[in-house]
Amino acid sequence: MLHLTFLIFLLPLAGFAVQVLLGRRMGDPLAGAVATTFVGASFVVGVLVFFALLGVHAPVRSFTQVLWTWLPVGGLHVNLGFTADPLSMTMVLFVTGISTLIHLYSISYMKGDPDYPKFFLYLNLFVASMLILVLGNNLLVTFVGWEGVGTCSYWLISFWFHRDSAASAGKKAFVYNRIGDAGFLLAMFLTFQSVGSLDYSTIFARLGQVSPGTITAIALLLFVGAVGKSAQIPLFPWLADAMEGPTPVSALIHAATMVTAGVYLMCRVNPLLHASGAASLTIAIVGAATAFVAATIACAQSDIKKVLAYSTVSQLGYMFLAVGTGAYEAALFLMIAHAFFKGLLFLGAGSVIHGLHDEQDLKRMGNLRRYMKVTFYTFAVAWLAIAGVPPLSGFWAKGDVLDNAFARYPALWVVGLAAALLTAYYLSRLVALAFFGDDRWRTDNRPAGHGHDGSEPHESPWPMKVPLVILAILALAGGALSFPWYGSGTLLRWVDPVFGANLYDAHQSVGLQWGLAITDSAVAIVGVVLGFALWRKVTERPALENAFLRRSWYLNELYDSVIGRPGARLAAFTASTVEGGIIDGAVNGIASAVRRGGGLVRRAQTGYVRNYALGIVLGVVVIFGFMLTRVWWS
Amino acid sequence: MAPTQPFPFLTVLVLLPAAGAAAVALVPSRRVAGWLHEALGIAVATATLVLAIVIAIRFQVSNAGYQMRSDHVWASSLGIHWFVGVDGISLFLVLMAALLFPLVMLGARSRTDRRSFVAWILLLEAACLGSFVSLDLILFFLFFELTLVPTYFIIGGWGFARRGYAAIKFFVYTFAGSAFLLVGILAVAFLHQSQTHVLTFELPALMNTHLSGTEGVLLFLAFTAAFAVKAPVFPFHTWSPDAYAEAPTAGSVLLAAVMAKLGTYGIIRFDLNLFPQATHTLAPLLLTLGVVGILYGAVVACVQRDLKRLVAYSSLAHIGFIVLGTFALTTQGLSGGVLQMVNHGLVIAALFLLIGWIYERRRTWQVSELTGLQKAAPVLAGVFTLVMLASVGVPGLNGFVGEFLVLSGTFIVHRWWAVAATAGVILAALYLLWAYQQVFHGVASGANAKIRDLGWGERLVIAPLVILIVFLGIYPKPVLDRITPSVNRLVAHIEQVTHEHQPAVATTGSTSGSHPAAGTASGPAPGGASSAPARPVARTVTRGAQ
Repeated sequence: MLHLTFLIFLLPLAGFAVQVLLGRRMGDPLAGAVATTFVGASFVVGVLVFFALLGVHAPVRSFTQVLWTWLPVGGLHVNLGFTADPLSMTMVLFVTGISTLIHLYSISYMKGDPDYPKFFLYLNLFVASMLILVLGNNLLVTFVGWEGVGTCSYWLISFWFHRDSAASAGKKAFVYNRIGDAGFLLAMFLTFQSVGSLDYSTIFARLGQVSPGTITAIALLLFVGAVGKSAQIPLFPWLADAMEGPTPVSALIHAATMVTAGVYLMCRVNPLLHASGAASLTIAIVGAATAFVAATIACAQSDIKKVLAYSTVSQLGYMFLAVGTGAYEAALFLMIAHAFFKGLLFLGAGSVIHGLHDEQDLKRMGNLRRYMKVTFYTFAVAWLAIAGVPPLSGFWAKGDVLDNAFARYPALWVVGLAAALLTAYYLSRLVALAFFGDDRWRTDNRPAGHGHDGSEPHESPWPMKVPLVILAILALAGGALSFPWYGSGTLLRWVDPVFGANLYDAHQSVGLQWGLAITDSAVAIVGVVLGFALWRKVTERPALENAFLRRSWYLNELYDSVIGRPGARLAAFTASTVEGGIIDGAVNGIASAVRRGGGLVRRAQTGYVRNYALGIVLGVVVIFGFMLTRVWWS
Repeated sequence: MAPTQPFPFLTVLVLLPAAGAAAVALVPSRRVAGWLHEALGIAVATATLVLAIVIAIRFQVSNAGYQMRSDHVWASSLGIHWFVGVDGISLFLVLMAALLFPLVMLGARSRTDRRSFVAWILLLEAACLGSFVSLDLILFFLFFELTLVPTYFIIGGWGFARRGYAAIKFFVYTFAGSAFLLVGILAVAFLHQSQTHVLTFELPALMNTHLSGTEGVLLFLAFTAAFAVKAPVFPFHTWSPDAYAEAPTAGSVLLAAVMAKLGTYGIIRFDLNLFPQATHTLAPLLLTLGVVGILYGAVVACVQRDLKRLVAYSSLAHIGFIVLGTFALTTQGLSGGVLQMVNHGLVIAALFLLIGWIYERRRTWQVSELTGLQKAAPVLAGVFTLVMLASVGVPGLNGFVGEFLVLSGTFIVHRWWAVAATAGVILAALYLLWAYQQVFHGVASGANAKIRDLGWGERLVIAPLVILIVFLGIYPKPVLDRITPSVNRLVAHIEQVTHEHQPAVATTGSTSGSHPAAGTASGPAPGGASSAPARPVARTVTRGAQ
């Protein structure tokens, strides 16, 4: 079974090829169904490989498959190789699982779109890229998937390209990602130089030969890549704009899978991080700061998807906090739980947007719990889960992260706890505004053609409801991953061989664990109550939604004034003055100097014999003079 | 040296398009319809392509030297030989050129005076192919100069508004560079004659000329003057935006895709072989020019509002990568540089063809007048996207492979140059995506809304380029396997002269490339042995986790 590994990514890739060739002919909804089938089949193969891997004894639980040699140039020898090990298969299972659900959801959600087949074409290619990313057995293959998901994200964000905002958001996402990718590239060059290989196993085996400074540099450069892909400080502004894409895209790419690629990469290179305390600390600090900053921004957004986008940034921050702590399994746990509840939140938001005919403003929603029952109950599960209310998945996952942070970096734990309070608060605000209060959507004073038409919101059809229900069950019970099912082992301990001794172990007493759990729960409940009390009846609280938070700490404005506008001025100056004036000016200057010189010399060509004769005489005199002086001197 | 090949493949390869040009020129245009000239031209170019493919098939993979050589005395008193041969460095340039010429004749046809147009293009093909296979310096120089004539007439005769200015500027600028080259060639030959009493212009013989440091540097500069203008290398590039923009589509494609490579190829073939010491001495200068070209080209491209000029400046940036890889003087850098020549040729040809087709439909290159084309022309948009991503360097497409090799090959010897060049990777995304958004995204109205999508003929022309762009991205091995031996030979030659060696990692690297078990089970593995041979679908359950 293990040798089927390559099918895991090849199936969605084949789905992509089918969509390219036949998508238009299949149309709506067959194209969607076919695309869903390919991804579903990939999930099935993933499950088969997973069980085959379980059959291999724990310390050697890794299987590598090389398809062909990709780059054979001297000492640089890179294979198109794929590894199935506990880490990659964990990623494969949740990526293909969630992808299948979201493909299914999209069959209905995208119904009637003129570019329906193209949506699934991109979506399939995205899944294939994501799987290449997690299965790659060397940095370069991971990078192929890494850029692939970025490119698909670009296409999907600007899917409705007739809207200028969507087209710009796609471009912005690509460019921000590219900044991170430059870091990834440099990390690969440095790795090649110091290790002579890009294979993970070889790199880790040879870490002993590499100086600590170089290890830190490689780790931090890879982290730069992760910062771009996973939208951390300072490269997170693109993720909010990415909400211009269709909502299933936001759920799949900008919440559940692609943005977690950075966390995956950091887990994959755990030996590097373990060897570099400085890199780990940096990652933890950036993660905690992002968790907090993004949470404050989420508190002031009124677009339902923007709240969720900043919430995603914030949750990713928690994951990096865990990575920086060395608690890789906690990071993975939160990543999976987050995929469940954040995917669910987005799909629920999509259902709401769908039901209200493309209304995304929380202030124009309200009381939807009476009209969209399935959406509401499933959404409520996700809300309580992410808020960290026990016993839902978020409580366990976030608790795991915070416990480890408490043990290793207490100061960052405080930041994380503050962010947890905000998380519970802003999501309760969202739920209160959308599902409680008055039917504000009835008083529609928008121009015709935008927003809903005053008719009652409707519940979504079954292909949209089924994923909601499945994800709700997972979000509810996802905490089971960390329960001691056998002896002291949890399901998550399955990943242990990948991390080995690099995994941070907090060694906390039972009493302390209880204390921390109670603290987390209390914070969650306070946040929920606060958010609900403040926003249940009131829709405008300017003090809590001030411009600083609404405009995301003015980060876009800062980048624009520090980089954007000076950059544009520099480019304009280069193109006009340097290029036109100096470089080309020199070329044309020489040409005109030659022409002018020719014009001057031309005057000597008078056509009169007497002038030429004079010239000859003068010449003879000069030559004679020269010869005389030579004789004289010698 | 006697001809080593029974059939003179390369001689025929060069003479075939030349004969074709003569034939097309001789068929009177009054008697027959214009399409006959085109058909004849395409037939000759296609035959040349077939011959090039045969050459590629007969090419011996692990043979690093010149293959299929023909060596005949041409002018015995002057020591000039008809000496042609092909190695891993020139093979794919020959193939690329042979592919692009028929495609250009099909995809970028002329409306007026087709006879002369086709004849000039065929003559240009002969000159370009001749330059790539010449191993005699005078022969090379003749072909190198011969390219100017057809190009001048193609720009001047079939170009756009400022074609006169562009054609003269192109001709005079490149010709000025060539003057240095001629002096340099003669100087090398005479120095060689004074040492050996044999007057010859054959490259292998001249490689043994003893040059003092100053002589080497001066000769290097003389040769490089011609090549840097032709490529063009910053800051000798200002003829190129004018020439690329004013030339007809066929001219732009051939200038940027094929003729630019004469410059970079000339640097690798002649500068590096003849003047290893000077190359090593002046490498930092050329590396700097390469990096500046990458960044400068990208920055200036960012403010262009004319698609053709935008692509012209992007080309400057890509040529910078080739220069960078070349002067890294490592196996990876040089192989990447050679591969990038081919990649750049394919990508820039596709871009200019697509832009030309947009022009045929909309009669403009101004970004401001184009918008929302993706709605009415999804295939055009799709192909454009793919080519654009290849140009940006997205992995899975050909541009990435070359760029990655260039950058990694540079990084291991000149770290900070590579770091600066990596910034160019970000900038490339900036201007190309901006242009794409302006042209293809948004809401179309008027003529933009009714734009015709790619027809079947156009799809057939672009298809080979698209296929190669993808194929070389995921399986460049067949190409790299042929380039690398010749590159290694060249690097060894330089190292032998300069006694400077590239880092061990460039030649030996990892021992466990395709066999992770070795790396994981035995701890730090020795870095001595060469990399493991490629194995199709190797399956191993590795022992031990990280």
